[in-house]
Amino acid sequence: MPSPWILPQATTRMIDGTLAQRLALGRKIWTLRSGYAFLLPGFLLFFLFVLLPMVYSLRISFFDWNPVLPERSIFLGLSNYARAIQDPIFQRAVINTLSYAAITVPAQIAIGLFVALLLDQPLRGQTFFRGAYYLPVITSWVIVTLIFEYLFNSQAGLINFLLKDVLGLVQRPIAWLADPILTMVPINLLGIWKGVGWSAIILLASLQAIPREFYEAAAVDGAGFWTSLRHITLPLLRPTLVFLIVVLVIGGLNVYISVLLMTDGGNPLDLTHSILTLMYEVTFTRLDFGYGAAISYLLTVFVFVISIFQIRMLQRRVEI
Amino acid sequence: MTSPRRRPLLGRLVVYGLLLSGLVLVGTPFAYMVSTSLKSQRYTFEYPPQLWPREPTLANYLAALGKDLFGLYFLNSAVVALATTATTVLIAAMLAYAFSRLQFPGRDALFYVLLLGMMIPPVMLIIPQFIIAKQLRLLNSLGGLVAVYVTMNLPMQTFLLRGFFDGIPRDLEDAVLIDGGNRWTVFWKVILPLARPGLAVVAIFTFLYSWDEFPWAHVSIKEATLRTLPVGIALFQNQHLTEWGQVFAASTLAMLPVVILYVVLQRHFIKGLTAGALR
Repeated sequence: MPSPWILPQATTRMIDGTLAQRLALGRKIWTLRSGYAFLLPGFLLFFLFVLLPMVYSLRISFFDWNPVLPERSIFLGLSNYARAIQDPIFQRAVINTLSYAAITVPAQIAIGLFVALLLDQPLRGQTFFRGAYYLPVITSWVIVTLIFEYLFNSQAGLINFLLKDVLGLVQRPIAWLADPILTMVPINLLGIWKGVGWSAIILLASLQAIPREFYEAAAVDGAGFWTSLRHITLPLLRPTLVFLIVVLVIGGLNVYISVLLMTDGGNPLDLTHSILTLMYEVTFTRLDFGYGAAISYLLTVFVFVISIFQIRMLQRRVEI
Repeated sequence: MTSPRRRPLLGRLVVYGLLLSGLVLVGTPFAYMVSTSLKSQRYTFEYPPQLWPREPTLANYLAALGKDLFGLYFLNSAVVALATTATTVLIAAMLAYAFSRLQFPGRDALFYVLLLGMMIPPVMLIIPQFIIAKQLRLLNSLGGLVAVYVTMNLPMQTFLLRGFFDGIPRDLEDAVLIDGGNRWTVFWKVILPLARPGLAVVAIFTFLYSWDEFPWAHVSIKEATLRTLPVGIALFQNQHLTEWGQVFAASTLAMLPVVILYVVLQRHFIKGLTAGALR
């Protein structure tokens, strides 16, 4: 390191000048770089486990993919997709999944709205009720599915006991989990039961944001409960309802754990699959990765199209 | 609480009546789970079914914790959930800080790319994630669970935290920068301490997610000693179809941390939920 006292003053000053400039530039680069430095760990993970998989999955779906020796995979073009569309098991899975969404989404929102309206009344124990109704939402899908499986057990289940011995609606116990259509009853009921609390809490928050004066003014004008609901509450809840419908439909189309466990992977005869349980079986049981990837991509595209369509359609009607 | 509309007694009774019957519908399955966990094997298929256990016993709990690895599953779940939570809070906070405060080219574009991640349902990515994890030797490892869980949580939690950071005044930060501190000092000494309530929300959601996650753990872990609770419980039920007592003893134990967390932190919880919905 050169000793500074040897240098003539002018030189020192010159170095000082460039040094200051370089420092300023350096600081600018540092700030700029620190922006990326803050992003680095997050985007590294995001690239590895989200972006790369999205592209990779598309690639796999065009091949008869060899999971052990990927270079031996055979290019098939679109035939995995063509195969899915013609496959009766896939068609059945699509019907099961669509009907699950069509049943559980409106039910969750209707019951959720009802519960939210009840909780919005001035009452004691609101926190307690809110907490209790939310319990199924935070419980793991695995646990609630097993509980429902036990409740719907054909010999000693609580549901058959209620239907047969308490209400007398049926003569013999119903074998809920042995029939491809009947299995859908516990699966759909579970979806509704587990989801209502979530819709209710979100709707309750929106309800509480509506100024009370609106209702008071309406009451002065002689509006009853139903009139207020139709002309004040529902229009003001519309953005929240749009949000709920979009999120719940996406969730419904992705129904997975409850179907997988309750039907033991699509039994009987692969008639009870949802799209994702079929994807799982095709990929990880039959090791047909290409076909599985095609199925998951079909679902992804479908979910995207449906979400955009829903957001467009439902938002257009907001401007009343 | 102010009650602008005092309803007539009858109306209030109807409201309570409806709420209580809803409570029965919500609560009965849980009550039945706990009750069955206290029954010995010969009473689990008793007819007519008894909601109150005859000769209640803790034998199922002892059996579940003892022989069938549930104690180990519990530990695995705890390790994974805690590691995921800590990592997610840190990385999501870094991302949110960059998106909230720093200027760099491509900032908005990158933010939208990240938000795209909120729209992709996680199970769809499972096949390529499986292949990538295999190449990175992250299959059959708790580290592989943590890496994927953190990633799946990043978009939503970054979005939440960015909103939170935007609400923190910039004066303190500027003071630290003028005193010669750099962005990292600001991040550690100013932003993180001030954002504690927001970080708490992120921590709760991430913990619950990783405690309950099933699909990825099911696909990526084959080694029995590395299973997490949801997978362990599901596979146990699959192998011992009739031992509902033990299944529900393990389920009850698995639910405990979730319920405790929820009861203690309900306030934060509702805040986080509605922050996501009511933008």
